[in-house]
Amino acid sequence: MKHLLSTQDLSARNALRLLDVAEEMSAVGEREIKKLPALRGRTVVNLFFEDSTRTRISFEAAAKRLSADVINFAAKGSSVSKGESLKDTAQTLEAMSADAVVIRHPASGAPARLAASGWIDAAVVNAGDGTHEHPTQALLDAFTLRRHWARIGGGPSAGTTLAGMKVLIVGDVLHSRVARSNVWLLTTLGAEVLLAGPPTLLPIGVGSWPCTVYYNLDDALAQRPDAVMMLRLQAERMNAAFFPSTREYSRRWGFDDGRLALLDTMGLHDTVIMHPGPMNRGLEISSAAADSPRSTVLAQVRNGVSVRMAALYLLLSGDHHDEQDGEMHDELPATTPEGRIK
Amino acid sequence: MNVPASETGIHKRVVLAEADIDRALTRIAHEILEANKGPRDLVLLGIPRRGFPLAQRLAQKIAAVDPSVDADLITGQLDVTLYRDDLQRNPTRSPLATQLPPSGIDDKVVVLVDDVLYSGRTIRAALDALADLGRPRIVRLAVLVDRGHRELPIRADHVGKNLPTSSRERVRVHLAEIDLIGGSAVNEVVIEDRA
Repeated sequence: MKHLLSTQDLSARNALRLLDVAEEMSAVGEREIKKLPALRGRTVVNLFFEDSTRTRISFEAAAKRLSADVINFAAKGSSVSKGESLKDTAQTLEAMSADAVVIRHPASGAPARLAASGWIDAAVVNAGDGTHEHPTQALLDAFTLRRHWARIGGGPSAGTTLAGMKVLIVGDVLHSRVARSNVWLLTTLGAEVLLAGPPTLLPIGVGSWPCTVYYNLDDALAQRPDAVMMLRLQAERMNAAFFPSTREYSRRWGFDDGRLALLDTMGLHDTVIMHPGPMNRGLEISSAAADSPRSTVLAQVRNGVSVRMAALYLLLSGDHHDEQDGEMHDELPATTPEGRIK
Repeated sequence: MNVPASETGIHKRVVLAEADIDRALTRIAHEILEANKGPRDLVLLGIPRRGFPLAQRLAQKIAAVDPSVDADLITGQLDVTLYRDDLQRNPTRSPLATQLPPSGIDDKVVVLVDDVLYSGRTIRAALDALADLGRPRIVRLAVLVDRGHRELPIRADHVGKNLPTSSRERVRVHLAEIDLIGGSAVNEVVIEDRA
């Protein structure tokens, strides 16, 4: 792995390796001294052209726990507002000898451009580009799901896949890079993915994605999912009327108190509720659902640091010139029925 | 590993067989108890991968000598991958689990256990890793094989066998807990020479 740009081209082998390394990194987060010397002397630049709280802080914490130096760059208050291009910004970073660039950009494909252009030598990590992908978010979701799945199965989570798991993703799929990254990654890891949302908020071509689409949330819940991931309604990206009113959206597509009670009546005691944050409480998720024991929102944030530590470690350590990458083995390793690798 | 030597051009010879390894570990177990004047505060930390099964075996032998000891409660695993000084020179290594005994390592007598002592760099990394995990009263080092060629001022307290080697040779330790060769679990120490 030289860059982490999308989960669509991430092999099952590399994804599992990343999750397994994240498992060890999470143990570091529970120690008294939460620091490792692995990336001493390396420089990680957080290049954020879009607002972000948790992703930027999470990457910063991850880099610092690995002893890398962190430079934060926000487009607001920088020369970008004077009209500097991505290329010039990138070359400035190159001149400061950045080893990794964590980039968030409103334009889909900006990280791929940065990685493929030859402007910089640094490893590029996509921290969200437009409505394309947000791979580390999907990885932390997969990590959270895998821990949950292993806990139900009663085994350790390291080395396991998500085989047999049913994950329902609900809401604004059209504008959601989190949904896209999750569809590819969770499918690669062996989970079955279901999408539910109003037709206006599902992208063209969703039929060709490796998932089943439902146009009614209650029909989708009747499929007895093991996890329900509520997406944020991205009002800032909406330039048209996608639904009549927020109240109607909340009734039809929100995870409200009634649907929370429905999980109990259906006997789905192990179904978790996920949200990538930031949450619109009362819109796509009710406060009762967000604060219920089923909610994994805070676990997702905690796991985000571990997953990003793993990503930075795998991208920045090691001599990549003669690395034997595992891209040849694209299929999932053979697993036992419990999802454990032989 | 199961390719015949003639095809690879690698000359192999067994320097410690199963019984030799067992005798060496029995002696080291007694030495550890003697140096510590009993099992008090002992913690054995194996360095993955093969140091861990060796630490388990040593703990069992200590428990056999002193029945007050529970082998599982004094054994742990210490991964040093993220503390190595050659991370940038080699292909990326995945870290393995670090598991400390429930008693922790603060104010304990920690015996680091590894299979082969060579440059000493792994042990340097282990000492750094220990410092981040706690503050042992004493740290000692037990290895199955000391093959020389030290690059750092590090010395083992307990050695199974001193094995003078050329740096061209490779010393391989096979332990039944980890290594299956030709379908059967093997305990042996082998010197391979690319002659």
